[in-house]
Amino acid sequence: MADASFQPSRIPGFATVAVLAFVCLYLPIFTLVAYAFNAGTSIAVWEGVSLHWFARAWENEAVKSATLRSLLIATTASAVSTAVATLAALGTTRRAAYHGQTFIYVLINQPLMVPEIVTAVALMIFFGVIKQWTGYQGLGYLILAHTAFCIPFAYLPIRARLEGMDLSLETAASDLYASNWQTFRHVTLPLLAPGILAGAMLAFVISLDDVVITEFVKSGGQDTLPTYMLGQMRRAITPEVNAISTGLLGLTVILLTAFFLLTRKKG
Amino acid sequence: MGVSEIAIEARNAVKAFGQGAAAVRALDDVSVQIRKGEFFTLLGPSGCGKTTLLRLIAGFESPTSGQILLDGQDITNLPPNRRPVNTVFQSYALFPHLTVAQNVGFGLQMQGKPKAEVEETARRMLALVRLEAMADRKTSQLSGGQQQRVALARALAPKPKVLLLDEPLSALDLKLRKEMQVELKRLQTETGITFVFVTHDQEEALTMSDRIGVMSAGKIQQIGAPRDIYTRPVNRFVASFIGETNFLPATLQGAAARLGTGDLVELTDPPTRSGTVTLTVRPEQVRLAESGIAATIASWVYFGTDTHVHLALRDGTEVVARLQSNPSGETGLTQGAEVHLRFAPGAVQVLGD
Repeated sequence: MADASFQPSRIPGFATVAVLAFVCLYLPIFTLVAYAFNAGTSIAVWEGVSLHWFARAWENEAVKSATLRSLLIATTASAVSTAVATLAALGTTRRAAYHGQTFIYVLINQPLMVPEIVTAVALMIFFGVIKQWTGYQGLGYLILAHTAFCIPFAYLPIRARLEGMDLSLETAASDLYASNWQTFRHVTLPLLAPGILAGAMLAFVISLDDVVITEFVKSGGQDTLPTYMLGQMRRAITPEVNAISTGLLGLTVILLTAFFLLTRKKG
Repeated sequence: MGVSEIAIEARNAVKAFGQGAAAVRALDDVSVQIRKGEFFTLLGPSGCGKTTLLRLIAGFESPTSGQILLDGQDITNLPPNRRPVNTVFQSYALFPHLTVAQNVGFGLQMQGKPKAEVEETARRMLALVRLEAMADRKTSQLSGGQQQRVALARALAPKPKVLLLDEPLSALDLKLRKEMQVELKRLQTETGITFVFVTHDQEEALTMSDRIGVMSAGKIQQIGAPRDIYTRPVNRFVASFIGETNFLPATLQGAAARLGTGDLVELTDPPTRSGTVTLTVRPEQVRLAESGIAATIASWVYFGTDTHVHLALRDGTEVVARLQSNPSGETGLTQGAEVHLRFAPGAVQVLGD
């Protein structure tokens, strides 16, 4: 080719590695989904098509309560963390650069950088002390923990959206007699909405998916869907786990597709 | 001039950016009075402080020291939303999530005016800028010239006491710019609102303004009607920034000035001081004549309507004469020929620096 620029796709073996990578990523998921429809009790031996395991999972009270708990935690945590992240994003972009801004940025994004297991152990010990003091054993701890680690995931898309927003629009609003609150309500918020929604959905998925922190923080009888499934692994595994996973996968795919469409639509 | 005739006034306005020794004075002790109903232009190169002055009037910046007065009231500390002053932004800054009509009605809506009045005024304003048909479009569906008109209608809708325009025509192509110049002048006459217009385009300033304030290096260099600014520039900056001109070193001698060549030039308005000065004379006021100051023709450039003749005086000073073309377009000039030139009566100005 006349074009002398570097083309990774022309390196020998590129295609092989690419195909292998995709196989490793997607084949297990396809297998998982396929075996959710297995008629037999094994997750390795195919015995025909059936929706039996979906029905089993649907009728399983433990799965139901874990699902509801997961949704409750994810909804609350994503709502609160998105509100906090919106304020944080406004505070770190809608003004001239100030001393210590990078430090604040790092502080907000701490959950992305500290190993999750460290946060999990720390939370377990910290909440353990509080549990002893107050005697409170409820879901509050899980919601609080999820809210905290969801903040950076909500923060990033909101901040990205804000950085692309023309500051002169807010100046124009204030010029046209809008008070600070009116400017926020009528100009900043509507323009920021796609970013906020994207942040909320990302936070929701992250919360729904969490195992490590949940496993360490939860009290007895507070299984979420992922920790319930982890518990099942210790016993004989049936395609019921595949069915639950497939449901979770479906929900995640829907949310991430919506997230993608929302962030892309901004031209 | 009575106080009641002044719409907006800057009094010793200083705006410094940065701290301590690194501070830059974007505005350096600027005082200006803009009359009611006037089309006033702040003209200057980029970085001269004209936009900063506009932002102080709008309230987007507060002065480091000095005052801004509106109708004689000190508004220096009022936020932008409490000043009856609206801005047309260089980037237009139209709200992309609102329709054209909603954009135009925004100011009135924020003031809490009834919905019917907001809609009625928006319709009237869109008619004023001839965009009634676009009322329900999104602003992204409009052309640059149409967006410009929406920005104008939006800023005019709340009937501001002063309309500020920050280089509003700079993003438009030449033809559209000419149209909008006429349009702006019409709107200003029809509404009677005081316009403060910022531009770096001297032609725009000359053709549209009642008065011009020429700015450079954070200071106002000269304020006057376009004709005063062009014919009686006070200093070298104003003379060279607006139009083309010749500079001639000279020594004052009573009511005349002696050029480096020894020729005496009569002054209609001689200054009281004496010593060495710089004279300025516009190229179109230089004539070739039978007698006068001796010069050699260096070169010429044909421009159609006129011909620019570059002449060298005996002391080496270069002078450009702009001569109207004759019907055949022939100049009848010869390079290196000895000619004489004269300056039209009253055309020679003594500069202050």
